This record gives sequence, structure tokens and C-alpha cells, in this order.
Amino acid sequence: MVTLGGGATVQVSEQIASLGSNLLMITPGQRIGMGQRSAAVAFDVDDAEAIARDIGSISAVAPSSSQGVTVVFGNKNWSTKVTGIDGQYFKVRNWTIESGREFVSSELRAGKAVCILGATVRKELFGGQDPLGSNIRMEKVSCQVIGILEAKGQSTMGTDRDDLILIPLRTFQRRIAGNQDIGLIQVSVQDGVSTDKVKQDIEQLMRVRRHISPSEDDSFSVRDMKEIAKMLTGTTQVLTALLGAVAAVSLLVGGIGIMNIMLVSVTERTREIGVRLAIGALTREVLMQFLVEAIVLSSFGGLFGIVLALTASVGLARVLQVPFVFNSGIVVIAFFFSAAVGVIFGYFPARQAARMDPIEALRHE
Amino acid sequence: MNTIVVSKQISHSPLIELHGVTKVYGTGGAAMHALRGIDLRIDQGEFVAVMGPSGSGKSTCMNILGCLDTPASGAYLFKGVDVGKLSRDQRALLRRNYLGFVFQGYNLLNRTSALENVELPLIYRGTPAVERRERALKALEAVGPKGWKSHTPGELSGGQQQRVAIARAIVTDPKVLLADELTGNLDSAHSREIMELLTSFNSERSITIVMVTHEPDMAAYAGRIIRFLDGVIDSESG
Repeated sequence: MVTLGGGATVQVSEQIASLGSNLLMITPGQRIGMGQRSAAVAFDVDDAEAIARDIGSISAVAPSSSQGVTVVFGNKNWSTKVTGIDGQYFKVRNWTIESGREFVSSELRAGKAVCILGATVRKELFGGQDPLGSNIRMEKVSCQVIGILEAKGQSTMGTDRDDLILIPLRTFQRRIAGNQDIGLIQVSVQDGVSTDKVKQDIEQLMRVRRHISPSEDDSFSVRDMKEIAKMLTGTTQVLTALLGAVAAVSLLVGGIGIMNIMLVSVTERTREIGVRLAIGALTREVLMQFLVEAIVLSSFGGLFGIVLALTASVGLARVLQVPFVFNSGIVVIAFFFSAAVGVIFGYFPARQAARMDPIEALRHE
Repeated sequence: MNTIVVSKQISHSPLIELHGVTKVYGTGGAAMHALRGIDLRIDQGEFVAVMGPSGSGKSTCMNILGCLDTPASGAYLFKGVDVGKLSRDQRALLRRNYLGFVFQGYNLLNRTSALENVELPLIYRGTPAVERRERALKALEAVGPKGWKSHTPGELSGGQQQRVAIARAIVTDPKVLLADELTGNLDSAHSREIMELLTSFNSERSITIVMVTHEPDMAAYAGRIIRFLDGVIDSESG
């Protein structure tokens, strides 16, 4: 169970790395609570340019804006999200093109009606057909497919990251949104540079640009992927702990089972214990005998359990699409835990055996 | 460490001495006086038969002699050591080093072979494995024909099991062999064989034997017969 939880944690970390762990996301408005955000003026292209110009130590800036649309091709339609992009969006989000090409700068500047499809959109609209060069229609805009993104699969939050269409930002602003707004500016910080420093610089710059007096709160937020990463790994760590708690309960149940078996064994072998005591076994020798039996029992159980658990984990990890992470430390801990269960739950029956009165024990039928 | 204490005190006093030993089970009105003052002396090399009707206190006396139980009052001196003052584990060491038991109903360990049964007391003595095997084999040979060593008790007849039980009792070369009704479940022919075996151990190895029996024929093998009645020694003969 802990192995599965550990796998989930690793998966989250990997996804965040695939997003770029040195990514800063700048959004208008301040997060008030979960999913709530204060209303605020959107950014515009100048903001993105100002960041690219005035902030040092950044490797890429990508302003973007998104909206839900229904896209139509032939007799098929599909509801998805269209994102207008500019600058180094591909670099910032670690997207790669599977086939076709990226936008060229002339297309970005001119706001051409060209688009790049995510793998899901491509599958839903085109099935097995080659979409390159075809024209799809979203809202009232017809645009030509020039590329396909490489699939990224599901995100940790369960959303399909391939369900999107990319178009040039200018095209998006003019033809779809009908305004000059930018909903999100993403910034890649150069490797080896503290994201905290860059984050502060951006906050300062934006406060100046937005004329926010020192007494006022920010009307935007700059989020570090590390924060998001921390939050998400925190979630999976809670999950791991929870699974561990479930395992602990089953350990307790198993321990009581062992205690039962040992108590039955002690009762059944009362005469044997009597004989052993009569021929001169010491209290602690009888105690050790039954304790060792309990430990052997639980250790075999532990070994069997570990084999079973690893097999099940491999299978489950495949079904749940979580990477299987073999943690030898956990396996060793699990084994010693099962042995410890033998000691703890075997002690009471063993003491019962050791404290028997030999005369009574020999008379036992 | 306890054995050292015991052996230091060993003198030339009699092997077994009971002085005014009593034993009471229960309390108050329900109290049952199993022994009401027993004085007894058994010397090294004696062969004593203990007789008496059931409830006469002979089994209780045997338990006390076997250091399995302690007197309520009076003193039990084993080689001059007051057993009543020893702890549970000290008495266990005394049993381990000086006493051999043959129980009523054999009491062999069912899942282990005859040889392993005989080895058992030596295991608790800490005898090395090779010597243990050797001595166990020798003890088995002393009680009967070869060839049972790998049999489990379930595969042996009553008489054979009794012989294995005797082998287990003598494998440690005890000072005293305590036997409880050891021919109770056997026919007379087998009983005689067993008694002759005991007599030979008594005379050849000078093992002191104290044996509870109901049968006068068997008691006749002993050098001395002690009769119990209502918690006291009724008579001694021989």
C-alpha cells in the first residue's frame, strides 16, 4: 500500500517536472480561497513584453488566453478549450510537436487562422485520418490544422491535458475573444536561478505597472510551480499515510489472529508443556519456545504477504496507471514489522504457557 | 548458577527426607488436607513402592518428592537442601539435574520420534548434539530392542511407549527415578518386563526408585513398601 502511495507521489513529481519545475504562473486577480479569485483587470500584451524586457534571469515568457469552444470538422463536433499563445509557449509548457510544425513568427504576428491540435481533439474529430492541412471550424472561425501535439495523458487532477487546441494569441484575441486580454502569463526561470527572486521581481514590476499603492493588495498573483508541487505531493503523502493506516489496522487484525492461533496451540499442547516443565525446562525456556514459534509463524506470513503485495502492486499500478516504485526499505520494514507482530502478539500466549503449573498441565486431557 | 548453590550444600545427608510435611488444597471449610504430616527418609539406591487407595495422598507426596509442588508446612530436604525454599526455576534445575520422571500415561511428545523424545531432557541440560544423540541411543538400547528410534509414539504399542518414557527418564543418569503407575495400562507379562528393567537400573546403576502402584505384584519388586492412608503413612514394610 505504501508502495502504491509512493508511486503516486513520484507520478505527481514527474508531472510537475514535465510542466517545468522552474515555471512561474502569473494570473490576474488574487486567489481568495479554493477556486475563488477576486475580479481583476486582465493583462495585456504590454505586460508580457514588460516582463520579458525588464526581468532578468528568465529564459522564456509565454502569454496566453483560453476559452471554451465547440469545434466542428465535417459532421463531427467536440467541445474543447482553445488557447491563444504567443512567444515561447511550447518551451515553457514542455510541449513537443508529434507531426506538422509549430507556428512561425509571421503567423503569430499576423494572427493567421492556423491551429495545432491536442491528441484528444485530433482523435475525436479525425479518428484515423490525417488532419494536417484540413480546415476545422470553431465559433465562426475556420482555421487550418498545421500540427499535432505529442500526447501527455491525464494530469494528477484527472483532467485530460491533450484536450486542447492552440492558435496564435492574436488570432484568439481578434477572432474568438474579441478583446486584447491576456489571462495568463507563464515565465520560465533560467536553470540555477532562484524562482523566489524572480517571483519578487515580477511582483514589484506588476505593482508599478498597475499603480498599486503600498497599502493595497496585489491585483494579480504569481504562483511558483514549487508551491503547486508541494501542495500536490502533500496530497499524495496524506494518501500514503492513509494507506499506511489501513495497513496498520490489518496488521492489528493479523496480530490478533496470530495470538489466537498461539493460544489454541498452547491449549492443545498443555500436556507437552507439562512434560517439558517437569523434566526441568525453565520458565523462560518455555516462553522462548512459544515466542520463537509465533515469530516464525508471523515471519512466514510476512514473506508470503510481501510476495503477494508486490504482485498485487505491480498489477494495480498498471490498472491505476501509477508508476510502480519498488522501495526495498518498505519491504524490509514490512518484514521486520511482521516479525515484531509475532513478538508482540505471541508474548501473551507464550507467557501463558510458561507460567503453567506442571502438575495441572500434566493432568490436562 | 542455581546448580552451584544446590551442589555446594550437598553433604552426606540422606538423599530424601520429609519432616512433618503437610499439603492443603483449598481454603476454609472446603479445605482438603491431602497430606497430614509425613515423615519419610529414602536413601541413595533404595527401591521404594508407594501404595494406597486413591485420595490417600500418595500422588501429592510424589509431586512434592518430584519438586513439582511444595509442602504447605514441614520440610522436604533433597540432599540436605530445603526444596520448599527454592524458586520455581531453581526447582526446575533440580528436576533437570537429579530427577527422572515416568508419568502415568507415558506423556511422550506425539509429533516427535522416540529418539527425539529421549533427547529432550538433554536439550534442556545443554548437552551438545552429538553427545545427546549418543546418550539417547544408549538409553533406548538399554530399555529395549533397537529399531524404534525413528517411530513416533503413535506408531508404538503401550509397552514400547512406556519403555521410551523410561529411557527418557534415565537418559540423564538421574539420582532418583519417580514413576507413577507405570504398569497401570500394561498386561502382566509386559508389566513384569518393565519391573525387571527398573530393578536392573536400581541394582546396576544404583538409581533410587520411588514408584506408585496399585498392584501388590509390582510392589513386590521393591525393597520397601510405603502405604498411604488419609494423608498419613499407614505402614512401612520391607
